[in-house]
Amino acid sequence: MPEQRTATISLLVDNEAGVLARVIGLFAGRGYNIDSLTVAAVDDARQQSRINIVTSGTPMVIEQIKAQLDRLVPVHKVADLTQLGAHVAREMALVKVVASGEPRVESLRIADAFRARTVDTTPGSFVFELTGSIDKIDAFIALMRPLGLAEVSRTGIAALARGQNTIQQ
Amino acid sequence: MMGQPQSGAEILLRALEEQGVEVIFGYPGGAVLPIYDALFQQNALRHILVRHEQAAVHAAEGYARSTGRVGVVLVTSGPGATNAVTGLVDALMDSVPVVCLTGQVPTHLIGNDAFQEADTTGITRPATKHNYLVKRAEDLARVIHEAFHVARSGRPGPVVVDLPKDILIGPAPYRSKPESAHRTYRPRTVPDAGAICAAVTALKRARRPIVYAGGGVINAGPEASRRLTHFVRRTGFPCTNTLMGLGSFPASDPHFLGMLGMHGTYEANLAMHGSDVMLNIGARFDDRVTGRLAAFSPGSLKIHADIDPSNINKNVAVDIPIVGDAAQVLAALIEAWEADPEPAEAIDDWWQQIETWRGKDSLRFTQRKNPDALIKPQYAVRRLYELCRESGRDVFISTEVGQHQMWAAQHFRFERPNRWMTSGGLGTMGYGLPAAMGVQVAHPDALVIDIAGEASILMNIQEMGTLAQYRLPVKVFILNNQYMGMVRQWQELLHGSRYSESYSAALPDFVKLAESFHAKGLRASCLGELDDVIREMLDTPGAVIADIAVDPAENCYPMIPSGAAHNEMILGPEQAERAASVTDEGLMLV
Ligand SMILES: Cc1ncc(C[n+]2csc(CCOP(=O)(O)OP(=O)(O)O)c2C)c(N)n1
Ligand SMILES: [Mg+2]
Repeated sequence: MPEQRTATISLLVDNEAGVLARVIGLFAGRGYNIDSLTVAAVDDARQQSRINIVTSGTPMVIEQIKAQLDRLVPVHKVADLTQLGAHVAREMALVKVVASGEPRVESLRIADAFRARTVDTTPGSFVFELTGSIDKIDAFIALMRPLGLAEVSRTGIAALARGQNTIQQ
Repeated sequence: MMGQPQSGAEILLRALEEQGVEVIFGYPGGAVLPIYDALFQQNALRHILVRHEQAAVHAAEGYARSTGRVGVVLVTSGPGATNAVTGLVDALMDSVPVVCLTGQVPTHLIGNDAFQEADTTGITRPATKHNYLVKRAEDLARVIHEAFHVARSGRPGPVVVDLPKDILIGPAPYRSKPESAHRTYRPRTVPDAGAICAAVTALKRARRPIVYAGGGVINAGPEASRRLTHFVRRTGFPCTNTLMGLGSFPASDPHFLGMLGMHGTYEANLAMHGSDVMLNIGARFDDRVTGRLAAFSPGSLKIHADIDPSNINKNVAVDIPIVGDAAQVLAALIEAWEADPEPAEAIDDWWQQIETWRGKDSLRFTQRKNPDALIKPQYAVRRLYELCRESGRDVFISTEVGQHQMWAAQHFRFERPNRWMTSGGLGTMGYGLPAAMGVQVAHPDALVIDIAGEASILMNIQEMGTLAQYRLPVKVFILNNQYMGMVRQWQELLHGSRYSESYSAALPDFVKLAESFHAKGLRASCLGELDDVIREMLDTPGAVIADIAVDPAENCYPMIPSGAAHNEMILGPEQAERAASVTDEGLMLV
């Protein structure tokens, strides 16, 4: 079994009805993984949206995913950021911790260390806002779990290549 | 056309006309009444009224595959659209260019569970190459032109355009076919020169080369088949075809090894297995072709030319990928072959080896010759082929799905492309009769024959009515073995001869059935009647059903059992016990 790899793939697509369903349907229909998916309009003039997908599979499957995505008529551009080299990927998470006493204090201390912002406070709870890589957010959530982690909401990633390269090239 | 504003339906027809459409296969209903009203008032477009929407799509497929043009379908909303889905998936799997226009409830009712509303774009999204819902009248003409562009370019496929009734009734502006390419959909057709060079270098050094050509060559137009033939003859390489590729290389040419794959010839499969350089043009390493992947052509350097990059490295890792249109790839290969000063390796030993494989005569069968002998299905196809040839007419063959389909592929020989219509990827029983109908509409003077099984033919038998209405002289040649033979064969070989639900009980009298549909019915019950029945069928000016009683126990050989490798072929009943050694893993495969 060849090694699995994780890939961050960005798509530039026509901002039209059904385009997200096409992308998701492709993944569901062909049995590919989606670890994270985000979509938003990025260019009003051209009516284009950007979709960022984190997926995993063997190198052959990742190539197949890209080729299948490229075949969709409203998809303009498929970029495998993981393969293109260095890139930045950021996700935002809201994390609710329900705790009192020492765990409550400890959660605040960890939040501070992670540069999380406290966006809601009650005597028995906090909501932290945290931005960072997937790994950083995973780590933060793992640390909060024993302290009274109650709920998590994550955005999925936004990603760009480092340097002067853009998805248009 | 100035002055009076035109309705959406009129704009639609105008766009179809500009696209060169001559025929529409369709069936009316409430949501498309405005289109039928517009059709009524014009003469440029011919409408063929089918008897079931699935058949409309298969007819459009037959039309498209026999002409190289886009087939057009028109169906109503809801059940009209859902009935078309099997045909759409069939066209998707076999890369057939079809534009299917579906009616839809008016835009303000979409999502309200209105009468005959179905989420057509949702249902057909994975069933089409692309689909559209036209929500604004100003988009209508553009979308129609775009639909044809997408259906026919790159790897062809079906496109659905869903048309709400208010868009069809209200006024709409016309827009001509755009001159420039589509904004985003521009598939690559010209191959990379470096890849062509690398391919020729490898091919020149090959000692055991093989050319493996598929439906992509046929889709690339007749010139691609001419170039394939030229290239193979020039190089002296052996050539095999997939089921979809039959006709892209002349079957009578000594370089031809026949079809490969599950029911392919011994020489084609062993040459694939033993080759050192394989050139795949326009085929997709389908599981019917490769058998067990891990054992597929283990020692070969693989060159794969395909217009669809997603076909490359999907099932089989290739060494030299070439993205491009088959006709252009072949032109480039021929040019590079001539330009390369290196002499090609001698391949006489390879041919000698192939001839010993060919000597096994893997398509052999035994037909007893007394007049009251049971007819062997293979023999019936051979005689049909020979008598068709004697007729000197241009012959088009379609098939249903099952053993008869494989016997047709093995024993009917094709010299030219676009003459063979079969459901390869989806394997749709009920494909053959409507497909033949579409072929006959496109080629009114040709001899069009559906080689059928008695079970499959019943799946779209209602189309006999369409044949009658339009006086389409299609011949239905039923190899009647009283079984879903292919199912029975698998049950015999893999499920202990437990023939669960595979007997064709309560069959109709096909002669009377033909007559009730205003066609001629013929029957051959034994060998002595076969030739006369075929001759009478061919000589009859109108539609015919010929019911040929064949040996119910005959199996289709050679066969690569599922999960086996090419060199583990079963050649005949004497080796059938080999199938018993199929692993559980193999049993799981379809
Ligand atoms: C629509 C559809 N349903 C079921 C099947 C599965 N199937 C494949 S071949 C076959 C039997 C076909 O019988 P017949 O038409 O008599 O052909 P034969 O194999 O006997 O030549 C069946 C049921 C199919 N291919 N298509
Ligand atoms: Mg049968």
